[in-house]
Amino acid sequence: MNIEEFLKNDAEKDLLRFSTAGSVDDGKSTLIGRLLHDSKQIYEDQLASVKKASGKINADLEIDFALVTDGLKAEREQGITIDVAYRYFSTPKRKFIIADTPGHEQYTRNMATGASTANLAIVLIDARNGVLTQSKRHAFISSLLGIPHMVVAINKMDIVNYSEEVFERIKKEFSEFASKLNIRDLHFIPMSALNGDNVVEPSPGNMPWYKGQCLMELLENIYIGSDRNLIDLRFPVQYVIRPTQDFRGYSGRVASGIIRKGDEIMVMPSMKKNRVKSIITFDGELNEAVVGESVTIALEKEVDISRGDMIVHPNNLPSCENHFEAMVVWMSEVPLDPAKSYHIKHTSNMTSISIDEIRYKIDVNTMHRLNTDSLTLNEIGRVVFSSRKKIFFDPYSKNKAVGSFIIIDKISNNTIAAGMILDRLSADKLPKKISRPAEASNYKNYRMVSTEEKSARYSQSPVTLWLTGLVSSGKREIAWKIEKELFDKGHSAIVMDASTIRSGICRELEFTQSDRTENIRRAAEISRMLNDNGLVSVCAFVSPDESVRKQLSSIIGQERFIEIYVKASLESCKKRNPAIYEKALSGEIENFTGVSAPYDEPVSPALTLNMNSMTVDEAAASVIDYMTKNSFIRN
Amino acid sequence: MSGKYNLNHLKQLESESIHIMREVASEFERPVMLYSIGKDSSVMLRLAEKAFYPGKIPFPLMHVDTGFKFKEMYEFRDTYIKEIGAELIIYRNEKSISEKMNPYDYGTQKCCSFLKTQALVDSIRAMKFDVAFGGARRDEEKSRAKERIYSFRDESGQWDPKNQRPELWDIYNGKINKGQSIRVFPLSNWTELDVWNYIYLEKIPIVPLYFAKEREMVVRDGQLIPCDGPVPLGKNEKTTKIMSRFRTLGCYPCTGAIKSTAATVPDIIQEMMTVTISERSTRIIDHDAEGSMEDKKKEGYF
Repeated sequence: MNIEEFLKNDAEKDLLRFSTAGSVDDGKSTLIGRLLHDSKQIYEDQLASVKKASGKINADLEIDFALVTDGLKAEREQGITIDVAYRYFSTPKRKFIIADTPGHEQYTRNMATGASTANLAIVLIDARNGVLTQSKRHAFISSLLGIPHMVVAINKMDIVNYSEEVFERIKKEFSEFASKLNIRDLHFIPMSALNGDNVVEPSPGNMPWYKGQCLMELLENIYIGSDRNLIDLRFPVQYVIRPTQDFRGYSGRVASGIIRKGDEIMVMPSMKKNRVKSIITFDGELNEAVVGESVTIALEKEVDISRGDMIVHPNNLPSCENHFEAMVVWMSEVPLDPAKSYHIKHTSNMTSISIDEIRYKIDVNTMHRLNTDSLTLNEIGRVVFSSRKKIFFDPYSKNKAVGSFIIIDKISNNTIAAGMILDRLSADKLPKKISRPAEASNYKNYRMVSTEEKSARYSQSPVTLWLTGLVSSGKREIAWKIEKELFDKGHSAIVMDASTIRSGICRELEFTQSDRTENIRRAAEISRMLNDNGLVSVCAFVSPDESVRKQLSSIIGQERFIEIYVKASLESCKKRNPAIYEKALSGEIENFTGVSAPYDEPVSPALTLNMNSMTVDEAAASVIDYMTKNSFIRN
Repeated sequence: MSGKYNLNHLKQLESESIHIMREVASEFERPVMLYSIGKDSSVMLRLAEKAFYPGKIPFPLMHVDTGFKFKEMYEFRDTYIKEIGAELIIYRNEKSISEKMNPYDYGTQKCCSFLKTQALVDSIRAMKFDVAFGGARRDEEKSRAKERIYSFRDESGQWDPKNQRPELWDIYNGKINKGQSIRVFPLSNWTELDVWNYIYLEKIPIVPLYFAKEREMVVRDGQLIPCDGPVPLGKNEKTTKIMSRFRTLGCYPCTGAIKSTAATVPDIIQEMMTVTISERSTRIIDHDAEGSMEDKKKEGYF
């Protein structure tokens, strides 16, 4: 082989990124030191065979372990955050990048960082100690971050007399633990990094019972091509190139899938169809570009596309939602504050998020789920978010590149968390937080007319009568009648229902679960304002979700919120409005409460109006009666 | 090992670097690319051309000039930049240059601090750049192994190793407050061999000083000091013609050459693979003090 061939071969190598985790004493440094040193040796041997290689080859170099360990020691002395260190080596077959991270619990965030780009994780186990918490934690984080391949390196076999029994025992114990995790491809190698057994060279002398590959052989040959997603085309537009008036190119890196010249594509969020005219690079046009390639796309039809948009195939769309849940690794000294809003960066999109619910956190040592209202540094939890803009995503397990995001603090601008989107529940089923933080309305003290004075004028206590029930159960009619009765007695009330607020204040909202909840939230906020001004508010909304109704009292105020259940059978509702129910039953209207979407009956309403036996007037009268009895209205 | 849809590692590195550059160009108002005329800069510049093709590079290049660079570097800079049609800013600390700052009278550390580090920090502040690309690689030196791709600097251009942002996947956090800036290293994951091989395969022009030739040298403390300008000679010193080349390029008074006959890129790679001195060891500035690179970086050096 001459040097030109060597260079061509070198360029054609592929790249394997792997992560390691561990502390100074568990043999990690020795292992990395040996990989770096021995691989150089292989290289030099190869080069020695290249003609003209006349340079002196240092074949008898001592392994410079210090090179690896020094970094860590220095950090410890200087009190610098122990960090991820990237190291590089290659063999004639492959190029490698090691993301080397410390292993203790306080470095969970560093482990997650290192794992985020890795194809493979090496989990170290000291043969003398067996499966310790630290190895379990590393395995858990690796699986959480979706590393497809895992090698469990059972090290220091020399100290346990190269015992097959010890190896098998540890292998069994780890396998049992690993069955709870999502690890696609698991390998076990008995080794002694110190003596070089099964690291770069096999060890037939010391461990003749081990028939598998040594570590280097495995690293060099493990197949990673199928780990990439070649199916779902996702092309987040990063940058628009407009060198002249008549050329517009959309630059980006193919996040997954394959894009071909001539493909019919769809642009999100506009959902407009178009066709790929050409795939442009500095080195010439391409017929296709695959996951990982940075290219520029020109389309046939002139359209308005900007950064943050996504080009996909029309028959294979990602989710497009502003309500989603994710596993989150918290990376900041400042804990998560569920009342705050944060920035997120997801593909080439930046938007704002708020937290709906922290479902649980995971004890990384026991894998137990714990209840919590916050996440602190290095904690991992499952969190439900709402974003201001819709994002286009796949679940992380299916597509890392469009299933991952980072959370950025709005004040410090620091990256404070990493998230991996889940798809176990559809957006419709996710809990939504609509109650607001405790502060607000401190202007009260400056007002010259108080709520009490205003309500005294109307001889009433400002309450919100919240009428919930099926579509066409009679809510609105009852509300109007209540308004009339109160008006006639000299009180003052205002009626709100879905059609009035949807035609104005909520006109941009759609009928997704998330938008319906937002619709209710706005009604509740208006109701609160009305009550603050001494007025009675009568709200007639289907509001089918018990968890949402529960939160209304925290917006409006517990003592002011009167939940009234307008109870009517589905049959009687159908009779009142046959047209709409016909559409619901035929499927023309989707997600119709009582037909194709659930209605949660109120658990403890203040009042139940049974419309199967009552008229509207009777129902309104019983509400007025209730108000009088509770002194909400006075003569 | 490359299957039909597998990208080889150079292609992956290229693609990653382009992604980084486009991300920066999208999210920042005033980027600048630091151009040192060296081989890494040449690769970075080619990647920038690729990232924005068929458009032009949407930000200027900046050479922080000490006045002590090799003549061949200036010649190369002026012709090559003109050829590719990029915009170039040349920034010099004119005050220190007029005060005759030099490494012989003031020491290399002080000279570097005024003409390079200070000049760099000043230029970024004066021209209100909010991000500067640099060609540094993580494999160059121990203290760089932990460097982020987006390296955050405070208002005075300083690096705080305790306060680095986590960097996951390929999602980069470009949020900064007014007055702050970041340094971006798109070649972070490239090794020296990758850079050379890319230069070879892409036929990227580099300064001829990298190739071996007979050059006037003074031998001092075992190092070959080039005589590209007036080098003060010691009592028993004289210049000799030596077949040599430079592994890295900096200022001529502070850049050592090595004896070599490598006259082509493949020759250089072959030499590099068989000689085990680390790349920066011929830069005299690194010998000043223990951990000097880390200290310089804290001050604002790349």
